[in-house]
Amino acid sequence: MATDLVPGVAPDTPKTARPRAPRVARKNPARRLALLLRHRWLYLMLLPGVAYFLVFKYWPMYGLHIAFKDYIPFLGYSGSPWVGLKHFEELFTGGDFGRLMANTLILALLTIVFVFPAPIVVALLLNEVRVSVLKRSVQSLIYIPHFLSWTIVASLTYLLFSADFGVLAGFINDIVGGQRADYVAQEEWFRPLIILQLLWKQTGWGTIIYLAALASVDQQLYEAARVDGAGRWRQLWHITLPAIRPAIVVMAILTSGNIMDTGFEQIWLMTTSLNRPVSEVFDTYVYYIGITQGGFSYATAVGLFKGVVGVFLIVGSNWLAKRLGQRGLY
Amino acid sequence: MKRTHSIRHYDSASSRVFDVANVLILLSLAAITLLPLLYVLAGSFASEGEIDSRPFFLWPERIVTDAYDYMFAGDTFIRALLTTIGVTAVGTAIQVALTLTMAYPLSKRHLPGRVFVINLVVFTLVFSGGMIPTYLVVRELGLLDSYWALILPLAINPFYLLIVKSFFQELPEALEEAARIDGCNELGVFWRIVLPLSKPVIATFSLFYAVAIWNDYMSPLLYINDEDKWTLQVLVRQITAPNADSANMLGTQSSAFFPEQGLKFAVIVLATVPILLVYPFLQKHFAKGVMIGSVKE
Repeated sequence: MATDLVPGVAPDTPKTARPRAPRVARKNPARRLALLLRHRWLYLMLLPGVAYFLVFKYWPMYGLHIAFKDYIPFLGYSGSPWVGLKHFEELFTGGDFGRLMANTLILALLTIVFVFPAPIVVALLLNEVRVSVLKRSVQSLIYIPHFLSWTIVASLTYLLFSADFGVLAGFINDIVGGQRADYVAQEEWFRPLIILQLLWKQTGWGTIIYLAALASVDQQLYEAARVDGAGRWRQLWHITLPAIRPAIVVMAILTSGNIMDTGFEQIWLMTTSLNRPVSEVFDTYVYYIGITQGGFSYATAVGLFKGVVGVFLIVGSNWLAKRLGQRGLY
Repeated sequence: MKRTHSIRHYDSASSRVFDVANVLILLSLAAITLLPLLYVLAGSFASEGEIDSRPFFLWPERIVTDAYDYMFAGDTFIRALLTTIGVTAVGTAIQVALTLTMAYPLSKRHLPGRVFVINLVVFTLVFSGGMIPTYLVVRELGLLDSYWALILPLAINPFYLLIVKSFFQELPEALEEAARIDGCNELGVFWRIVLPLSKPVIATFSLFYAVAIWNDYMSPLLYINDEDKWTLQVLVRQITAPNADSANMLGTQSSAFFPEQGLKFAVIVLATVPILLVYPFLQKHFAKGVMIGSVKE
């Protein structure tokens, strides 16, 4: 596994690391103990964190094997009987799979088309503002929604778009005419509302990384381009966009790796009994089947399928980015 | 950001048109961001009649505090508020402490075994056990319906950990050497040299962790059944969800007057304002904190 999947965290594969303890030391038990003792404080500091990862990250990974069992809480992990691929067969042949896949993919596609480019565009616009007070105040304002919870965002959506007194519902009806519609309850409005929420909540925050990339562009390039007679658009095309391309690629890989992650809280909070045919995605399905219905094994199988597809997507998009001559994440 | 825009001045007409359009676009973005929030704030101080009759307003005709009075009259809201504040404070302290203490040894290139631990961490970014196995672990540990269930499963964010690690890696080693010569052991170096140099990082990630716990809705949904242990986010949901029975939620049935719509506005304001109050104090650190160690060159 690569050590450097996080965007921008400095690579430290063994190759690039500075010389570490000599090999002999690690072979010889006595020397090894000496090393351990010498760094005892560091190892001690490491302990709680490692314990956290083992308990709350790796123990659940061990627990994944109940996807191949009929897990009965009373019998525990070891007592529950193995059932092979029963739960996966149930998932793939059952009636829910197609709908879950379609809903998940459509939301992912809409996100890539509408939500992904938004911060890039806004960062480019901000970058062109020459009054720095204006630039900074707009920036600070559009960060704010990032700090609001999904419950708040969902509640705001209800206040603005629901039938009883939704403000925007009222405006839309005044323009379009006709009956006052309950946009929150309508199936065909579910996806637009989800995308609107994402745009409103995340766009401002998303500009941070692109603005930083833009700030590090060498100003002499622009000067040279101007001397060569390049107008504003040509400068954008030939200098600015190439300069932020690495940032865009990294963010694109991250986004495509998360295709299967639709954001449980957001979707769950916007799901109503009426929009379930379009709103149910893998994440909310896992919760519904596992927690509310108690189908632990089946829900775990669904989650495992989702997780494995996610790994393939990350590895795949990273491979693709490298094929296209970009750096990739690792 | 010290950009010298002066070298890029443009005088052509189309360029001016673009500048004006650009500013207008950005101002409307800022307005779209702010207007819903200001409307909720105004609505929370408006009378029921005004909320029903006026379509949109940023200043109520008559300022009333019915919704807030109602909210503070019962125990439910106050208990949720205290729970959320407590969980956020304790949780953030634990998260920041664990993240810093784990990141520091991992930043030491000479430490045997660090690459293994880093890989252990990075792998969790790509793959995880998922919702149900994690739920079962929390249940196995006997944490269901305990405040710890809201804190411990989120104790370290692997992304933050790796960012803090690369920040520590950038600190000048000479400082630490000097301290060691003066007789500091590793703990002393960490406490007296490294932490004081890391204040912006600590501020940034404290805020991020605090916001995450304050805003968390999934953990209480999964792990908390006991109504007495509700957090603010659960309460917001209970009051504002469609077909919510908000009167019962707050346990103040005695009151003759029930500001049904106003409550929805007020609870949003009350769940938002405390966390937004922190924002201006730490805002100057964000961009720096987020970008730390993220320049790959």
